[in-house]
Amino acid sequence: MGSFVPNTDREQEEMLKEAGYKSFDDMFSCIPDEVRLKRPLNLPSGLSEMEAIREMEEISEKNVTFKHIFRGAGAYNHYIPAIVKSVTAKEEFVTTYTPYQAEISQGVLQSIFEYQTMMCELTGMDVANASHYDGATAAAESIPMCKDRKHKVAYVSSTVHPGTIQVMETYCFGSNTKLVQVPSKDGVTDMDKLAKMLKDDPEAACLVMQQPNFYGIYEDATKLGEIVHEAGAKFVMSVNPIALSVMKTPAECGADVAVGDGQPLGMPIAYGGPYLGFMAAPKSMMRKLPGRIVGETTDDKGNRAYVLTLQAREQHIRREKASSNICSNQALCALTASVYMAAMGADGMKEAATQSTSKAHYLMDALKKAGLKPMFSGEFFNEFITDCPCGSDKLLDALAEKGILGGLPLTENVVLWCTTEMNTKEEMDQVASIVAALISGKEA
Amino acid sequence: MDLIFEIGSEGRKLSLLPKCDVPEVKVPESQSRKTALHLPHVSENELSRHYSKLAKRSHGVNDGFYPLGSCTMKYNPKVNEIAASFKGFTGVHPLQNERTVQGSMEVIKKTEDTLCEIAGMDAFTLQPAAGAHGEFTGLLLIKAYHVDRGDTKRTKIIVPDSAHGTNPASAAMCGFDVVSIPSQDDGCVDLDALRGAVGDDTAGLMLTNPNTVGLFDKNILQITKIVHDAGGLCYYDGANLNAVMGIARPGDMGFDAVHINLHKTFSTPHGGGGPGAGPVGCKEFLKQFLPGHHVAGDENEGFRYEIETKSIGAVKMFHGNFLVIVRALTYMLMLGKEGVPEASSNAVLNANYMRTKLDDLYEMAYDTTCMHEFVMSLEPLKHKTGVSALDVAKGLLDYGIHPPTMYFPLIVEEALMIEPTETEPKEVLDEAIVALRALYKEATDNPEALHSAPHNTVIGRPDEVGAARNTVLRYQWTD
Repeated sequence: MGSFVPNTDREQEEMLKEAGYKSFDDMFSCIPDEVRLKRPLNLPSGLSEMEAIREMEEISEKNVTFKHIFRGAGAYNHYIPAIVKSVTAKEEFVTTYTPYQAEISQGVLQSIFEYQTMMCELTGMDVANASHYDGATAAAESIPMCKDRKHKVAYVSSTVHPGTIQVMETYCFGSNTKLVQVPSKDGVTDMDKLAKMLKDDPEAACLVMQQPNFYGIYEDATKLGEIVHEAGAKFVMSVNPIALSVMKTPAECGADVAVGDGQPLGMPIAYGGPYLGFMAAPKSMMRKLPGRIVGETTDDKGNRAYVLTLQAREQHIRREKASSNICSNQALCALTASVYMAAMGADGMKEAATQSTSKAHYLMDALKKAGLKPMFSGEFFNEFITDCPCGSDKLLDALAEKGILGGLPLTENVVLWCTTEMNTKEEMDQVASIVAALISGKEA
Repeated sequence: MDLIFEIGSEGRKLSLLPKCDVPEVKVPESQSRKTALHLPHVSENELSRHYSKLAKRSHGVNDGFYPLGSCTMKYNPKVNEIAASFKGFTGVHPLQNERTVQGSMEVIKKTEDTLCEIAGMDAFTLQPAAGAHGEFTGLLLIKAYHVDRGDTKRTKIIVPDSAHGTNPASAAMCGFDVVSIPSQDDGCVDLDALRGAVGDDTAGLMLTNPNTVGLFDKNILQITKIVHDAGGLCYYDGANLNAVMGIARPGDMGFDAVHINLHKTFSTPHGGGGPGAGPVGCKEFLKQFLPGHHVAGDENEGFRYEIETKSIGAVKMFHGNFLVIVRALTYMLMLGKEGVPEASSNAVLNANYMRTKLDDLYEMAYDTTCMHEFVMSLEPLKHKTGVSALDVAKGLLDYGIHPPTMYFPLIVEEALMIEPTETEPKEVLDEAIVALRALYKEATDNPEALHSAPHNTVIGRPDEVGAARNTVLRYQWTD
């Protein structure tokens, strides 16, 4: 019904005539007859805006949204300040393209420069790119940054998010890179095994680890970094940006590349996307970074100006020798993260981080009292794993009935829990009482 | 203007979070951050105005004509944004169980089915986040196909010299060697060069059609046959799909796999460089290699996820840029079977209208019916006046028009590539035609003024060489 074509049928006919065509068919005669589609598309007829909205709303209502969310595992339900939505809805930002034309794109370019600065501050690094697709692809693309002629084998800790490992495996299938998983012990990377594996492999290029890891537990990142560097390999940390406001930075841990998913910085969980991959590195790795980078310069009158820079790394210049094929990235999500960080400020981010971990500890205590046992003893940030003797599905169904999305079932009787500043004491107490009732065999 | 770090003052903040209602637990000392964290200190009012200022220093499709060739900067319907803001879409966790995300799965299934019909494919994955990401995914399907057959000597991907830079870069990321073949004088694939390039080491060919000079390659069936006869597969880069929707289908041209840019062809906004979405479609025999989860079932029996038997794994976490997919589906629902070809027909009409109103003055790289975009060569103008494609592009900025794509494709000297899209009214095209003709005259009468254009923008031409030489990539605090 609508095609957003403004020109009327009469105007179209006039334009066809002026361009020298008898009809649309005549214009398309440059397409050989044997590849022309000679039937209408097998699609429903177009809808009016009102009908389209109704249909999409009806579809959206087939999803179940939960009032209380205790599930993380790569998608975190943090508070999103009102200003974030307002700024990121501005049409100048929403409808613009990659800022190739600097003279009319200073706003977008400056916003990316500010984003790069904030990501450098969070990670302690010198350089950040303008964004990547998500945390998993950022981790995968850190591998080619670390490889050289002698160092070809990538290592990843088995405590990294399994989704991230899967994406890394797929990328490594592409680049013909061997990817080796390092086993875990007590919920953290097994350092002895890592040291041995790296010692036996002169071709080790890098280790990718996650902090806090998939189970929510703090790894001894500094020690891991030392082991990796001793073996002549590079150290890549996949980090949680909210946790970074209170945790040792990747730079403090000696990381050569910091990557992660910026979703906690103001993006809704939204069934998995769009999210934000971030990548940051010391200056020595600057020219190996994939993706756009904005730099400060001056214009012909000496005014401060921003431009896309170091483009000699990129596909439109280097083609098959580029550091990556990435072109479109997640720019509006980077803007979202910037506005979020500016609104929260350092104190606000630390508050969100501290509340997230405080509540996780409260919930764990409450679940312990209710009868669940933590699987690991390591200190954790805002996620942790418990057993679930009554069965994960049964517990999660009981929670769902009360509008609560429980933790992620990892097996039939193991659950990964998560809290953020959004979870209240009251709802955590409610979760604990539902658990206690199930375990004791009584109704809550 | 000031950076956000240069406004506000220590102590200013927003009031966002309540007090913590449980006992405070701090990160253990051994794990805690020692480096100071500098972030802005601003009130909400200052923050809001800062970004309003930045917005005024930006130019989107909403601000004016944006004929950026190969980028399909069509109008982004606002209805898409409403749909993407529904709580039922924004509030669902990607790891909820299937029973509770039937709506999301329906969005995915309907989008896949619609794209299959438009592209002439049998299956789609919506996991890739962008066009280049789609290319990477599609080439991995081709790689997996050859590996699965035990045909490991197929290491080469053929790419025409007119291709986007992402094509060879994606091929390299998939471990392929890139074979570049020259284009004919008419911008189309040189069949003899292609025949000479294919062999038992050919994994596949990557091609756009219409090609990057805006022409429909008439020999397309021969091209795909040559590659297939040599045992290779054909990959369709959907960058230019906006020209042929409902008119001709990649699947019917002989392509085995395609990617589609939802942020070009299906009207989702570019967001200053993303997020986009680059779904990948394929013929039945490649379906078994698709990444991620595949939605099966229907509205009546319910939707369920399946994983393909020989899946390449995953190219992204979760289910792709989901809210971008929601926007694209909303657009597809509104267009329907009539609107889809109408959009393409008018995209091509608008381009040909502009082309024929300029071809007496500007040299057209290919003086024939174009598809949704056309390429001008400013080489003769530069020869005559010294004014380059860059100068004319910068001159357009003073008319409030976003410049066309410059210096692409690489096979045309001093190229300007214009893609008006179907969503521009005739008057806007006429104004741009007047502006381009005036710039031509200015180039002849007063070339100096164009060398220093633009004159009315917030900055003049930036020093790009200096930016790359003395890299300043972040703000530094002095404390």
